Amino acid sequence: MSLDNNKTTAEQRRPDWAALVIAAVLVVMAGVIFFDVSRLRDMGGYSQVGPATVPDWIAFCLVGLAIWTVFAAFRRDFPKREKQEIGPVAWVVAGLIAQMVLIRLLGFSIATGVLFGLAAAGFGARRIWISIPAGIVICLAIYWLFAVVLQLSLPAGPLEHLIQ
Amino acid sequence: MSTFEFLLQGLASAMLPMNLIYALIGVTLGTMVGVLPGIGPATTVALLLPVTYQLDATGSLIMFAGIYYGGMYGGSTTSILLNTPGESSSIVTALEGNKMARAGRGGPALATAAIGSFVAGLIATLALAFVAPYIVKLALVFGPREYFALMVLAFITVSSAFGNSALRGLTSLFIGLSLSLVGIDQLTGQNRLSFGVPDLLDGIEVTTMAVAMFAIGETLFIAAQGEQAPDKVEAIRGSVWMTASDWARSWKAWLRGTVIGFPIGAMPAGGAEIGTFLSYATEKRLTKHPEEFGNGAIEGVAGPEAANNASAAGTLVPLLTLGLPTSATAAIMLAGFQQYGLQPGPLLFATNPQLVWGLIASLLIANLMLLVLNLPLVGLWVKLLTIPKPWLYAGILVFATLGTIGANPSVFELGMLLVFGLVAYVMRVFDYPIAPVIVGLILGPLAEQQLRRALAISQGDVTTLVQSPIAAVLLALAAIALILPLILRFRGRGNVLSQMAASED
Repeated sequence: MSLDNNKTTAEQRRPDWAALVIAAVLVVMAGVIFFDVSRLRDMGGYSQVGPATVPDWIAFCLVGLAIWTVFAAFRRDFPKREKQEIGPVAWVVAGLIAQMVLIRLLGFSIATGVLFGLAAAGFGARRIWISIPAGIVICLAIYWLFAVVLQLSLPAGPLEHLIQ
Repeated sequence: MSTFEFLLQGLASAMLPMNLIYALIGVTLGTMVGVLPGIGPATTVALLLPVTYQLDATGSLIMFAGIYYGGMYGGSTTSILLNTPGESSSIVTALEGNKMARAGRGGPALATAAIGSFVAGLIATLALAFVAPYIVKLALVFGPREYFALMVLAFITVSSAFGNSALRGLTSLFIGLSLSLVGIDQLTGQNRLSFGVPDLLDGIEVTTMAVAMFAIGETLFIAAQGEQAPDKVEAIRGSVWMTASDWARSWKAWLRGTVIGFPIGAMPAGGAEIGTFLSYATEKRLTKHPEEFGNGAIEGVAGPEAANNASAAGTLVPLLTLGLPTSATAAIMLAGFQQYGLQPGPLLFATNPQLVWGLIASLLIANLMLLVLNLPLVGLWVKLLTIPKPWLYAGILVFATLGTIGANPSVFELGMLLVFGLVAYVMRVFDYPIAPVIVGLILGPLAEQQLRRALAISQGDVTTLVQSPIAAVLLALAAIALILPLILRFRGRGNVLSQMAASED
């Protein structure tokens, strides 16, 4: 994600598009809250204060904050963003997704070992044929410590069954 | 029973061999994780919360106290030797401490930080023990509207009074409040914002959220900075012991730091790191060696470190007596209480005094253990700082997910971790503070309950909220805390406030 670092005067006049997107997200959140609780709105009872009251207030404030954000976007009040490298972030996210997919199939150690290897790759250790096996060994040790010694329930797979 | 007897009883319970072991494990793990660069006490506590799942409530809270203090000690070690403060309250320590380390006086800097933290922790924990019963008495006259007003004040101070921008602080807070709506409404049993997903009926898990927001978000953010020159760890050269003149210059700074830090932490308002800035300013004004400030003055480490620990103990005052977390760390501790069905507040002192006083006593013991552990083992902690970045952050991610898997081994929970990690990353890029999200998520449901009770009593009349003098004063303070910074920023005086930015805790 390379975010724009606008510096020239011509660009100063343009609104901060990213901030406008944030404002839009806030409005969407407010809308979701407002419509989801609409079915609860007649549950206020005698005092007219029910499960929909506070969500409505929060939705209202979110819209207010969105308007404020729009003003800030046009005045370019947001601080300058540093350049973001998308590559390393993608490695780490890939690791987290891989763990999520694999954990039910292959158990804690293999899934988390893959996360370890891919995350390390994101931080510059690209030899994943070394780091993934190393990660699996580390995670197996962690599994032993937490699941066998501390009795925390962690999903077991083929490797975990070997050490139990 | 008097406070003193309660405290003695608590000490006796904390001295049980098993509880001592829990405290020891807690301080060791806390220091180990806290020393890792980029990880502050809040993240440390969130990461280590699952370790305590299998213990009983007392044991787990004792281990927790150790983790909390250990995480803070670890953080100051990192900021002195690496100049990358793990959390905003260590920024000031890094200022002078890292200069000292570069000048070959890393040992005395670590020593004054450790002993200062011990002195401050000791005094502040005792102060906590003596102040708490009075606040509990006061809190017993609080009704729903007073509680609601108090929470509004906490919301405002945590999110908007300090920091770079009231807009972004409040936005973070309301994101947290919106997320707190998810799940079954506690007063009517209606589903809100769960969209038919059974995993969401219980609401969003606070620990998952805290780990995602702090640990995963921070890791992604650091990854996105790309390859940078590795941070330089300052070796500890020479003696770790303080000279006579170091002692002479430190002890007053410790005491002043404690006196400044504790009340700031104890106030039911956020911004615990303000104490460290005030203490630094005070030491700078009072010192006999002004030329050393900026080049490694020992008072500049001693005072702020003491203030930091004193205000950390101070934040336990509103947490234990009112159930009001005023920092991210306190918010996660509240989540720790809630996993045992314990609700901190005046009632807990009445119904479960052994637990509360056991916790306060174990803070004292954890503090002592840290002093004994920290200086001799400092070489070991420094080794942790030299772990290469890829392994370090890969390991942090393993631990972050381990906690979530251990609490609830579901793919859905891991998905939440990823999604909120990405949200936190984007928030960091746009300079939104993270702590208000967590505080909003935890306090949101409590504030809503109090508000609805108050309004139900008044039959929907909103003016009831300001008809009690206490509630009116608290709400007025909240209004001032909201409006005054806006005026200051508008008139270009915002620098002072952004220096006090509550970026992580």
